[in-house]
Amino acid sequence: MAEPLSPALAGASDGTCASARSVAAPAQDVAEPAQDVLRIAGRSMRSRLFLGTGGFPSLELLAEAIAVSGCELVTVALRRVDPGARGSLMDVIADAGVELLPNTAGCMTARDAVITARLAREAFATDWIKLEVIGDEDTLLPDAPELLRAAEQLVDEGFVVLPYTTDDPVLARRLADIGCAAVLPLGSPIGSGMGIRNPYNIALIREAVDLPVVLDAGVGTASDAALAMELGCDAVMAASAISRAQDPVAMARAMRAAVEAGRLARGAGRIPRRLYATASTPEQGLPEFGA
Amino acid sequence: MIVLNGQHSDVRAGETIVAVLARLGLEADARGVAVAVDDEVVPRAAWESFALGEDARVEVLTAMQGG
Repeated sequence: MAEPLSPALAGASDGTCASARSVAAPAQDVAEPAQDVLRIAGRSMRSRLFLGTGGFPSLELLAEAIAVSGCELVTVALRRVDPGARGSLMDVIADAGVELLPNTAGCMTARDAVITARLAREAFATDWIKLEVIGDEDTLLPDAPELLRAAEQLVDEGFVVLPYTTDDPVLARRLADIGCAAVLPLGSPIGSGMGIRNPYNIALIREAVDLPVVLDAGVGTASDAALAMELGCDAVMAASAISRAQDPVAMARAMRAAVEAGRLARGAGRIPRRLYATASTPEQGLPEFGA
Repeated sequence: MIVLNGQHSDVRAGETIVAVLARLGLEADARGVAVAVDDEVVPRAAWESFALGEDARVEVLTAMQGG
């Protein structure tokens, strides 16, 4: 019988596994759900699902999705006041009892992102900022040099900076070195629903930084969220995957279950991938017939 | 000419932020609102006293749905 492939090689054959180290890793230290708390910059959260509020067809659906998702943190954007707007996003968030994470969505320079963050701090009385500095209008991919510049400035100004970043482990380490509170690598472009295109890099980011890693962008369905957690992410951010699903509330429920399942599976320690079968039934005691 | 949220407006020099907010239907203590004048944040505490200069560019922002 042929020797089984090393876990790394066997994993590479299907393109969905983590690094060799992660695949072969023993069970990670994941506490029982009741004590399993995510800590970012001194804030403790039981839920590891963050909800983006963009794309919901109505505030009513958003409120319902927040409730069933169990999330404790939701993102909001800052835009010009529309005197004709109906309903208040602020009321929905306050009524839901969740924390608000303002973002700098739409900013394409460090300067604009820094000004937007300062305005968000003033508007929402929070130092937390999901820092987005976009470098390309078609892919909405982050602009790495501008992102680093903005992150440095905002950390200096006392912000709790959660940068939306590429899936580059080196960039993630730079952001950690600057003093960011977490890193938010993308799985694939925002709103693309393409899932995690490079799970190896997400696993490398997990190893590269000693900070919470939040998979942000690209999640298309529940299995993407579960995979993120299995790769060692501390949380998952989902917006379009929920808000633009045919049934956003049902998808919110699915994402919640997926994040919890993926977290538990990470803690349980998955078996290594092998090219050939490994019998789960012992051969000892196997009868011989017709000898 | 004072520009309010990207539009030429009839806001006059000397008006306060509170007066501008009122034009937008906002109370002086509106939650989730921030104001920038010429790219600088005007803190909430200064809304009553801050008087706009000529050619000020005013941005009045609030929470919108977004990822």
